[in-house]
Formats: sequence, structure tokens, C-alpha cells
Amino acid sequence: MLKGIDLEVYPGEILALLGPSGCGKTTLLRVIAGLESPDEGRVHLEGRDITPLPPERRGIGFVFQDYALFPHLTALGNVAFGLKGEDRLERARRALERVGMTLFQNRRPGELSGGQQQRVALARALAPGPKLVLLDEPFSSLDAGLRAATREEVRKILKATGTTALLVTHDQEEALSFADRLGVMRGGRLEQVGTPEGVYLRPRTPFVAQFLGRTNLLPGEGRGRYAETCLGSVPLAEPALGPLLLSLRPEALRLIPPGKGPVGEVVAREFKGHDLTYRVRLLGADREVLVQESPTAPYRVGERVGIEVVGEGVALEAKTPVGTD
Amino acid sequence: MTLRLPHLPGLLPFLVPALLTGGGVALPLLYLLLRALEAQPGALQEILLRPKNLVLLGNTLTLLLGVLLLTTLLALPLAFLTTRTDLKGKRFLATLLTLPLAIPGYVGAYVLLAATGPGGFLPLPRLEGYWGALLVLSFITYPYLFLSLRAAFLGLDPSLEEAARTLGLSPFRAFLKATFPQLLPALLSGYLVVGLHALGDFGTVSLLRYETFSYAIYLQYSAAFDRVYAAWLALFLLLLTGGLLLLEGFLLRRLFLARTGKGAGRRARAVRLGALAPWAYLLALLPVLLALLLPLYALVHLASRFPRENLQGLSEAFFHSALAAAPTALLAVGMALPIAYLAVRHPSPASRVLERLAYLGYAVPPLAFALAWVFFSLKSLPFLYGSLPLLVLVLSFHFLAESLGPIRGALHQVPRRLEEAARTLGETPTGAFFRVTFPLLWRGAAAGGALAFIGAVKELPITLLLAPMGYSTLATRVFGYTQEAMFAEAAPFALLIVLLSAAFVGVLLWSERRF
Repeated sequence: MLKGIDLEVYPGEILALLGPSGCGKTTLLRVIAGLESPDEGRVHLEGRDITPLPPERRGIGFVFQDYALFPHLTALGNVAFGLKGEDRLERARRALERVGMTLFQNRRPGELSGGQQQRVALARALAPGPKLVLLDEPFSSLDAGLRAATREEVRKILKATGTTALLVTHDQEEALSFADRLGVMRGGRLEQVGTPEGVYLRPRTPFVAQFLGRTNLLPGEGRGRYAETCLGSVPLAEPALGPLLLSLRPEALRLIPPGKGPVGEVVAREFKGHDLTYRVRLLGADREVLVQESPTAPYRVGERVGIEVVGEGVALEAKTPVGTD
Repeated sequence: MTLRLPHLPGLLPFLVPALLTGGGVALPLLYLLLRALEAQPGALQEILLRPKNLVLLGNTLTLLLGVLLLTTLLALPLAFLTTRTDLKGKRFLATLLTLPLAIPGYVGAYVLLAATGPGGFLPLPRLEGYWGALLVLSFITYPYLFLSLRAAFLGLDPSLEEAARTLGLSPFRAFLKATFPQLLPALLSGYLVVGLHALGDFGTVSLLRYETFSYAIYLQYSAAFDRVYAAWLALFLLLLTGGLLLLEGFLLRRLFLARTGKGAGRRARAVRLGALAPWAYLLALLPVLLALLLPLYALVHLASRFPRENLQGLSEAFFHSALAAAPTALLAVGMALPIAYLAVRHPSPASRVLERLAYLGYAVPPLAFALAWVFFSLKSLPFLYGSLPLLVLVLSFHFLAESLGPIRGALHQVPRRLEEAARTLGETPTGAFFRVTFPLLWRGAAAGGALAFIGAVKELPITLLLAPMGYSTLATRVFGYTQEAMFAEAAPFALLIVLLSAAFVGVLLWSERRF
């Protein structure tokens, strides 16, 4: 089920759609590719309405989650599948070369590793020179170690060929690092679209704030440049007035020895090497907050600590579902 | 915004043949019921209360249970020995142990009759009746159970047995408590196939003169010409078959509730046989000797005494068999393709019913199916009765399920995503079918056709009831000669059938090859 999605992808950009599984991201890709027909709504490509066109006449490439390589064809045969004309094999070879798979051109998909299959699938989708290429969770079947490297490589290839790409993923790190812009989807709706920094630093809804990284959601009262909350007054990224819901990232807080500010008790301590996250229960308020500290922070579970606000909070548009523009 | 499937009208070319096929299986069976109910109320009561019915039921059930017991005694240890032990040459043994599948029941009965009793080359009294039928049916159907159990042993999760050992159970108790329950689904599905063969068998029981429902139906139909009683007996047999299907389904559902995980990738450690190895070989060689070497020896030995002047009859019978079997293969594949396509690509309650109907055509005892079609065609298609096209049609409905298996398997290897990938690369739906689906499917379709062909060559009761007058095939010749105790005359016909059916196993293995 997709509801009122309005999304524009600009030429040459990589846009990532991020959302939990079942939020409709794959369905959206399939509608764009023409593999499913929408009951309502239109799909335009370069200003042309392509909604009634079958997939083969849309000129949109698709990289499937499981790659969907043809098992009876070699890597070269797969890449040449969508090409026509005398020089199709030559062009297919060039496409394979671009992804560094020349050596494996005569292997069948069954004889290739996951990463190699991924690159063949990408070469196959790019070979006919599509105006837009759609990628459905393209890195999810790769090992964690291989994922980051492949991601970077694929981004380089897409940029080098100037291909417009729309990627869907449920991996926030992937979306943040891979895309020029990203959109967050939930329950068939698009909640927010923007640059990775913009969406991360200025989430508009509680869902977006929580889905991209961890955050503290605090009710408060807007007083212009700052808001009053249970943590005292918190500077706001954008001025706001009246009751509001605030997203305050753990890195916007710091622990200090208990003093006159808000005081809490350390409930849990999660050491992750490069940083350290504390869960602190506020005294006097039935509420826990996450605080990100440097790995050398000395506080132990059960200790009393003071909490200091060092960053900005973002006022969220609570409850009202967000259309996009 | 909801989504619908694009191009629904494109399904029509698949839907129409699929529905026709379903009708071809279901209608005659319904008609059999109508025909049986035609009897006058008085006659009906007399038919239903005949004491003979109980005798036939008792005979059929004792044979069924005996066959299930004997096949278990053979297949369970053999499956264990060829999968979980360090027995040398176990792969080769497994292939040998599967080959008795190539011997049709009536050839098994023929070998038993020709080898024993006066004039036989084995100094044994002639084994007829229950014990003969039990031996023949068990030794030619145990491979079904053997294959099913082997697959289960190979897919078994060894960690369950290991967990049982770490919880303090002895190896034997661990097998019983942890491993055996995992085998039950395979055991049940094996029992279903063996049971359907035992219930549906006509050739063995009639040649060995053991009165089961099948034999009695044939007697009523061909000798006594009591067609209403034959219809009733066929109905009884159908009920029994239906009961078996329901029982299996019921037990399987109960058992599957108890299963939690699927088998792991790790193989179990081989059990060391040590001093027991010779006994294992002895057990493994018993069926090889009785169900493979003995029949082959008997057939070759007797074929050498075949009167030369009958060669003409041999080539004619072969030609007749091929003439019926080749179109059967084509038609069966043609019907299986749309049903498999609907079942795999558009699974719905309706497509499942269609698929079940196709399997029903196979599960129904062939004699009862043939009888239903005799009645049905006499009433609705009298111009077809006794013609080759009708024989081909009924054979196709019966063997459709054999083609369905490999085609369905092959279609599963062509996920819809592959066709979609072809579409996004610029292919039309038709182009996608020919460049992607077909290259991946043809092997399955060819295997399905070959299986239906071999099945039709081996088939006896449908051919007996529906072949045109004087149209004798390899199978009917073996049956006819054996009834007259003309063993040497029957030998080359039977040998030819066995050799053709041996290709059956080869075709199955070939169709399972992956890219």
C-alpha cells in the first residue's frame, strides 16, 4: 500500500529511500519500473508520462535484491541480454570492464561469489544506458566486510556514468553514506526528503528522528530560541513557540558531576569502543535519557550524575502525518 | 492506493486448458457415481450387502498392510545403511536399489510364475495368491519408500541427535527419540506412494489370482459383464484410496506441528559398521538379487526360447505402444504446463484445487479411472469409445501428474524475478518467455514428457479397457501370454518394457541436474 507519495529524483543524483521492511519501498520501485501498476497516480520520466508503458519500454534499469541473474547465461551473456546490434558483445565487455569483472566474463552466476554477482547485476542494468537505475536493497546480501567497499565502488561507477539512481534500503548507515539525498518512508508514506545531513540534523517527525540514529524525545514548551524541558532549557535549531516535542540527540548531552542542574542515576552503560552511551534515569521525572560520552568517561552503573545540554534540540511536528513537497 | 497484477487477461491462455484438464479428471469420477446409483433400490441393497464385499475389503487391506510392513523392513534399514554409515560403495548400492522401480507389477508376477512351480527354473512350489502378491508388490515398490527415507536421512539435522546424546541418551535411544520423529513425514509420504501402488495394482493380483477390489472389478467387467456391480466395486476402491489420502494428510499435519526447524547444512558423522558390514551387504543384496538379477535372468533366459516367427508380433506391439505413448507424452506435458504455471506463478485456492485434481488422476486406481471413462465416454462421447484418441486422452489424464513434477520443479528454478529482469532490460513478455523461461524449463518439460511416455508404455489396465479392438501393446501382450502360461512368448515383450523403464531412473537423475 502506497499513500500519496510525491517524489522527484533529479538527473544524475543518487536518492536513497529508507524505511523499515514492509513500508512500501520495494513496491514503489516496482511501480516505477512498471512491474506493478498503480491504481492511481502517475510516473513521469524526464517530463514524459510513462505510467501506461510496459517495463520493457521505460528504459529504466533494475538491480534486484537477489540480483536475478539468468542462471543459464554467462556473466557476459547476462550483461549482453539487454543490448542490441552487432557490437553488443563488445559493449557488454566494456560494461563488465567498468565493474572490474572482465576476468569472470565466461562464468555462470552459480560460479560467482555474492559480490561478483552484485557487480554483474549492476553492469547488466547499466549496459543499455538507462535514464534511471533502480536498486532494491543491493547490498543486503553481502557480508558486512564486503558491504562498505562495494558500496563505495558502486557509488563511484554510478557517478562516473552520470546515472540517476534510486536506491531502497532499510540500513540507515547505507542510506546516509551512499546517497546524495534521502527519503524516509513509513507505512506507505514518505515522511521526509532531504540531504543526509539535513534529515539527520533536522528530522521533522518523531519517526524520522528515531529511525535515523538514536535520539531522546522530550516534551517541552517553546520560548523562541530555546525550549523549557525536564532537562532545563534547551537551545533550538529553529525558533518555536508553545508546547512541542523535542528531538535531542545523545551527542547533544554530556555527563558532569551532580550539581545544581538536572540529576540522574546511571542505569546502563554501553561501551562501543569509539564511544560510550549511557542510559540515565532522571530523578524526579519518570524518564530515561541517552547520553553519548567519550570512551574515557568514568561513570559506572548506579552512580549519580548531572546532565548538561551542549547541543541543539529540534522541534518535531508531532502526530500530524507529513506529506512532502 | 492498492496494487493489482498487471496483464490479468494474459492468464486466460493458461486458465482454459487448466480447467479442461481438471474437468477431464473430475467428470468421469462423478459419472461413475451416477452410474452406480442407477441401480434399482432392491438391487442396490443386494449389491451393498453382498458378503463378497467384506472378503474383498479384507483381502485388499491385508495386502496393503503386508506391503507397507515388508517395504518398511526393507527400506528403513537400507536407507540408513546407504546414508549414515561407512558402508563402502553406498552410492552405487543406492542406485542399484532404486532400479527395481523399472519392473512393472505384471512383469514381477510373470517372473514369479515363470520361475517357480512345475516347469520353472527354481525348484520352488509356485507362489500364488497372497504371498506371491505380497512379495512382488513389496519388492518393486520399496524403492519409493527407500528414496523418500534417504532424502530425509540426508537432510536430517544431526544436532538434534547430538543434543539427545548430551542429555544422556544412549545412541539407540537417541535415534529413537530424536532422529526417528524427524523421519516420520518422509515415512508417511513414502507410505502414501507405496499404498497407492498397492491399492491400484491390477496386473500382479490378477496374474497371481489374489482377489482384491482391482481383480474383482476386472472380473465383473470382462467376464461377468455386471457393470453396475463393477461400478460399485470401483467406488469402494475409490473410497479406500480417498481414505488413505485423507489419513496421510491428517497424520502429516499433526506431525508437522511437532517439527520446529529445518535440517542444518552439516552432515552427520558416519556410523562405523565394523563387523556388521557383511550383514549390511547381505541385506542390501537381497532386493538386488530378487528384484533385479532374478527378473533379468528369467527374462533373458526365457527370451532365448522365444519362437522366431513371433518377431513380427513383437515389432507390432512395440509400434502400438509407441503410437499410444508418444502422443500421451506430448498431451501430458501440454496439460501440465498451464497447471504448473498457474500453481507456481499465481498460487490461489483455485490453482491448488486444479493441481490436486491432476494428482488425483494419478492417485485414483487406474482400473477404476479407466472404468469411469468407459462409462463416461459411452454416455457422452460414444464416437470416441474404443478409439486410439480416447486411450491417449485417458492415459494423459492419468500420467499428467508424472509430468507435473519435473515441470513444477523447473518452474521453481525460474523465479518470476528473472522474467521481470528481462522486462527491465527491454524484452516483451513473449521475448522474456523464450529467452529466459524456456531455456530454463525445457529440461523439465522433456523429463516430464519422458516420464509420461515410459509410464504409458508400462501401463496395463487403462490400455486393456480402452484400447481399440485388437490393438495389442507390449503390456497387454505380456499380460495375455502370462495368463495362458506362455512364458517364453511373453519374455521379449517384458524384457523390452523393463529396458525402457530402466531409462525412467536415468531420466529422473538427468532432469534433476542443475545449471
